Amino acid sequence: MATVEFRVGARAHIVVDSDVCRSCTTKACVSACPANLFAPTSDGGILFNYEQCFECGTCYMVCNSEGAIEWTYPDGGQGVVFRHG
Amino acid sequence: MADTPSPDSFDAIVVGAGPAGSAAALALARAGRSVVIIERGPFPGSKNVYGGVVYARVLDDVIPNWWEQVPVQRWVVRRSTMVMTGSQAVTVDVRTQAWGRPPYNGMTVYRADFDSWLADQAVAAGASLVTSTVATGLVRDGTGRVTGVRTDRPGGDLASRVVIACDGVNSFLAKEAGLLPKADAAHHTLGVKEVLALPAEVIEDRFGLAPGEGLDIEMIGCTRGIPGGGFLYTNRDTVNVGVVVSLTGLAASGVRPEELIADLKEHPAVAPWLRGAAVKEYGAHLIPEGGYDAMPALAADGFLVAGDAAGMTLAAGLWLEGVNFAIGAGLAAGRAAAAAIAQGDVTAAGLAGYRKALEANFVLQDHKRLRGAPQLVLSDRMQRQYVQLICDLAEQVFTVTNPEPKPGLVKLLLRGARRHKVRVRDLVRDGIETAKVFR
Repeated sequence: MATVEFRVGARAHIVVDSDVCRSCTTKACVSACPANLFAPTSDGGILFNYEQCFECGTCYMVCNSEGAIEWTYPDGGQGVVFRHG
Repeated sequence: MADTPSPDSFDAIVVGAGPAGSAAALALARAGRSVVIIERGPFPGSKNVYGGVVYARVLDDVIPNWWEQVPVQRWVVRRSTMVMTGSQAVTVDVRTQAWGRPPYNGMTVYRADFDSWLADQAVAAGASLVTSTVATGLVRDGTGRVTGVRTDRPGGDLASRVVIACDGVNSFLAKEAGLLPKADAAHHTLGVKEVLALPAEVIEDRFGLAPGEGLDIEMIGCTRGIPGGGFLYTNRDTVNVGVVVSLTGLAASGVRPEELIADLKEHPAVAPWLRGAAVKEYGAHLIPEGGYDAMPALAADGFLVAGDAAGMTLAAGLWLEGVNFAIGAGLAAGRAAAAAIAQGDVTAAGLAGYRKALEANFVLQDHKRLRGAPQLVLSDRMQRQYVQLICDLAEQVFTVTNPEPKPGLVKLLLRGARRHKVRVRDLVRDGIETAKVFR
């Protein structure tokens, strides 16, 4: 999103365990994430990036299998900066 | 418990400089207590997104004449409800000039401005504000009582007698304290919105507003059958358009949230309003919409929860409010914490004044009274069938089919019910239920 400011930290605040994702039948994170950060891979796993995350929490809330998505806040001062939220 | 705090500890730590947190810190500072607000963003409001209107009368007693200094975008004098299908729209439009003068009713704001302003009030009263710092966990003593927070600053543990978690909808602190489930898609909605730039005069011409006046439209029937709704509201020189949808419904549909905004922007009733507008910002945020029955326990030993962290957003169809509930809860939490500290008892029992205060004012009374509303509003019949029924009925009432004579309204209603497979029995039952919920 070119229209939103992101202060990208060095630490990924989203971690996906693709081994768990391979057995997931819904992969709801792929379509539900409003920042489009999750993509299915050919081997059934999930490719993700954290850099342009709105930090909403949709991905871990809709995740089918507890533990597949580990989601924390970015480090202090990092991440999305909304000016017109 | 009545021990003197060490110099590097506080009477209270408030986590999150949103409306709940700043209100809590303001109340504590005014009671003469040492309080620090920990905010993970670079400034208050930088992580926050909301969907339309802030109702700030809750500040009347706290910040006299708050409207003279609040960073307002527009005062809402028009509040519309639009029921729509892909090609139809039925709007109830309420306008009153009374909402455009003190003490006002609702206003549109940018959260970066509003939340920063409210945090400034707390700081002016004596609270400390530490930004760009994440409260990563709770510090507890051997009995489990919360005695502080860990932060992501080096050597960043902070001690306090009370911790007030105002850390928002994902509240990891309330989860760590065992008050909230780790994930709860059924009781949350996702809000996404676009901020679209237009000159102020164009906004005023298109929406029939005088300078300084604002409009807020809430919509139902524009989310492809996914339980939820849409909204449009005006700032000084932006129009904000978005949708709010059930997380479980969104996940099951496979629809992308941006598609829903695109749909709404292209709707024939909406598109002309947005002509020539350029996207300035796109954002997303979760909303706790479970209502009264999904709220967590509000207190534990040394610990209180307020605002979105406590699920205090009121999503009751007619009324969609959150910031006012956060402020009301934050003030009550701050006052209850100050009283408990003065009494020397910050256990859950000592902090019970918090819940009592909320039960005595709008925060829990509104939620309790409207506890059935979220389920009713998001029900399939309300979301799909009744929307179609209302739009068809309105269209047919105003369609002149001469030389045929006018059909009776009851006949039109029954015909519409048949077409959209609405059973009269359900219609009556839902009517009674609606009357009960909103009584």
